[in-house]
Amino acid sequence: MFAALADPTRRAILERLAAGEASVTELAEPFAMSQPAISKHLKVLERAGLISRGRDAQRRPRRVEPQRLAQVTDWLERYRKILEGNFQRLDSLLNELQPEKKKRKNKKR
Amino acid sequence: MKNLGSLKITTVGDRELAMTRVFDAPRNLVFDAFTKPELVRRWLLGPDGWSMPVCEIDLKVGGAYRYVWRRDTDGTEMGMGGVYREIVPNQKIVTTEKFDQAWYPGEAVGTLVLTEQAGKTTITQTVLYASREARDGVLKSGMESGVSRSYDRLAEQLGERLAKQG
Repeated sequence: MFAALADPTRRAILERLAAGEASVTELAEPFAMSQPAISKHLKVLERAGLISRGRDAQRRPRRVEPQRLAQVTDWLERYRKILEGNFQRLDSLLNELQPEKKKRKNKKR
Repeated sequence: MKNLGSLKITTVGDRELAMTRVFDAPRNLVFDAFTKPELVRRWLLGPDGWSMPVCEIDLKVGGAYRYVWRRDTDGTEMGMGGVYREIVPNQKIVTTEKFDQAWYPGEAVGTLVLTEQAGKTTITQTVLYASREARDGVLKSGMESGVSRSYDRLAEQLGERLAKQG
């Protein structure tokens, strides 16, 4: 699932689809890619449950699965927040370890 | 709040996580903060309410390290450890890592690289897991371990953050 998001083209496709459903032909154009190449990416996204196919049998438009996508971005975001909490504590610790720097900065102000 | 949002975390390929962060300190200090137990246990704590009763580091190639965290409200403990594979003082550390309650198979390999520019240090941390399942499992459980909220709290604005992460 995260692998599906690791590719920049696939992320761009998701962004495009987030704006509204689109067929393979409609997707191939802005990305300047062949239809088979686009289809390959779509297959990966589909397998990851991130997109699905719309009802129109002719166009077979793809659309995002908002819940699934939100779940993935949510995981990454929460993981990031925990790490950022650690790193903010590390910021404070590093400040504390550099008393000279603090003094210099204070003098300037 | 100048540091908010400055941490970048991405998945690379199938098995890797990568993150970068800038610190306002020379890299020898940052290196110390990652390798001296008395400093490590002051910041490597995870979510609020956790402390780090065990932090042992034998900083040499082949030397072991061991971390144990404890949730103070109910005594829940979480441990991990590994071995130093490569050490370039103030520049680079490569370690193996494995959590005690291994919810994923195999050992991971973590690489920390420090670069300094104009008194600021950029760290790049990558973790290579044994499999995609392991990497994705860490992403999910890492979040759970701290806050124990259910996974499936779904964010509402679809894709917005994803779009921002570009």
